[in-house]
Amino acid sequence: MEPFDFISPSSIEEAVKTLASSGDQARILAGGTDMLVQMRAGRRTAPLVVDIKGIPELNVMSYDASKGLTLGAAVPCYRIYQDATVATAYPGLIDSAFLIGGIQIQGRASIGGNICNAAPSGDAIPAVIALGGVCNVTGPNGTREILCEDFCTAPGRNALENGEILVSISIPAPQPNAGANYLRFIPRNEMDIAVAGVGSAVQLDASGQNFVSARIALASVAPTPVFAKEAGDSLAGKAVSEEAVQQASELAMAAAKPISDMRGTIRQRTHLIGVLTRRTLNNAIERARGG
Amino acid sequence: MPGVTQVQTTLNGEVINFLCEPRQSLLEVLRDVLGMTGTKEGCNDGNCGACTIILDGRIVDSCLVLGVEAEGRDITTIEGMASPEGLHPLQQSFLENAALQCGICTPGFLLASKSLLDQEPEADEGRIRHWLAGNLCRCTGYDKIVRAVLQVSKAK
Ligand SMILES: Cc1cc2nc3c(=O)[nH]c(=O)nc-3n(C[C@H](O)[C@H](O)[C@H](O)COP(=O)(O)OP(=O)(O)OC[C@H]3O[C@@H](n4cnc5c(N)ncnc54)[C@H](O)[C@@H]3O)c2cc1C
Ligand code: FES
Ligand code: FES
Repeated sequence: MEPFDFISPSSIEEAVKTLASSGDQARILAGGTDMLVQMRAGRRTAPLVVDIKGIPELNVMSYDASKGLTLGAAVPCYRIYQDATVATAYPGLIDSAFLIGGIQIQGRASIGGNICNAAPSGDAIPAVIALGGVCNVTGPNGTREILCEDFCTAPGRNALENGEILVSISIPAPQPNAGANYLRFIPRNEMDIAVAGVGSAVQLDASGQNFVSARIALASVAPTPVFAKEAGDSLAGKAVSEEAVQQASELAMAAAKPISDMRGTIRQRTHLIGVLTRRTLNNAIERARGG
Repeated sequence: MPGVTQVQTTLNGEVINFLCEPRQSLLEVLRDVLGMTGTKEGCNDGNCGACTIILDGRIVDSCLVLGVEAEGRDITTIEGMASPEGLHPLQQSFLENAALQCGICTPGFLLASKSLLDQEPEADEGRIRHWLAGNLCRCTGYDKIVRAVLQVSKAK
């Protein structure tokens, strides 16, 4: 790697101040599983690396049954799925944390880094969008909230302005009769980049027979993760049925704008979105019903 | 020009100090600065697990950790696996089961397997295969490795 300076600020203010005064000369380091690979390959360079793992707010993982989850941006995947309370409350989030890389990668990789890296294939992003996640950002002009579906703006680009950092992700409290699931397709069982991925979350009524609402998001089928709003909205108020799920999956396929590359063709990816939308919806329904 | 930094860390139970540049990975520091060449470099990008170490109780790829990040941490490398009394049971089992050929992947597999069995002494075959998915071996075909770990596991 090219030489760089390294600092490890212990507060948000210190980090923001350094970042704001360094402009594009500084890069943030969380788990480094994207960032160090990119730096070594020369795809990113930075005279200054700012390690944000020493900031307490970025390591918080606090769950409250009424307020929901506050997930510090730097919390590594293993801490999320090893926490029994969080794992029980958000199985749809765990699906993705458990998929990112292998055990070594999960020891370092954070959901915040996954979202900030803004890869179309980022496995955590559709899962967090489906759950209604909100990105809490702090910068030189104070704090602001960005809906997760608005956070990624282009491959490798996000909505953060100069000097801003992602502090945490808020996920609303799980409601009774709600469920979520994330699935991706890869040619092997582990350690690969999604050819396509779908995160679905459903809210059923007390009988478990009707949709109140649903959210569906897609990976690897556009320059950014896709929030397939119409597909989810199409389920609101409908009885749970194979036809309704089928219809939503067709709308999700219509929202997908994939390209053909070495991992898959447009046709295969679009087909996969249909299959994965149906599977994730059915799994989410089962979880909502307590299965 | 960025200079060198002094880092204090615990390596295989011993508090040590070393000097490194921020751009050096912990893998480079271990091998080139500290002369601990048991930790191997395969891909240098997080895919092969040859550089696996245990950092504060978790396995990580040392090629994706900066040397400066080791400050105040606790590191176990392959050099810390055997005890004065002899080989670790996993090392013995790898030998008995011929779970290595060229051996470059072996330190990584051993540390990954150790961390699994330390946390889950009864890990079964499925769990072992899943846990070791971040370690690549181009020689053995994996079966002998999995058998060696299974022999030490208390899974029945
Ligand atoms: C072998 C291997 C396998 C992988 N497998 C998968 C996989 O299956 N699925 C998947 O989705 N990804 C995978 N990845 C990619 C990577 O592990 C994930 O994207 C991971 O979640 C990134 O998190 P991190 O903490 O390591 O981020 P870093 O690499 O530290 O950072 C990523 C980017 O986000 C920026 N950033 C980080 N934190 C913040 C913050 N708080 N505020 C502002 N900017 C920030 C950094 O500057 C950098 O540009 C894999 C990587 C490797 C090496
Ligand atoms: S050398 Fe680190 S994972 Fe391959
Ligand atoms: S023994 Fe040669 S790579 Fe595993």
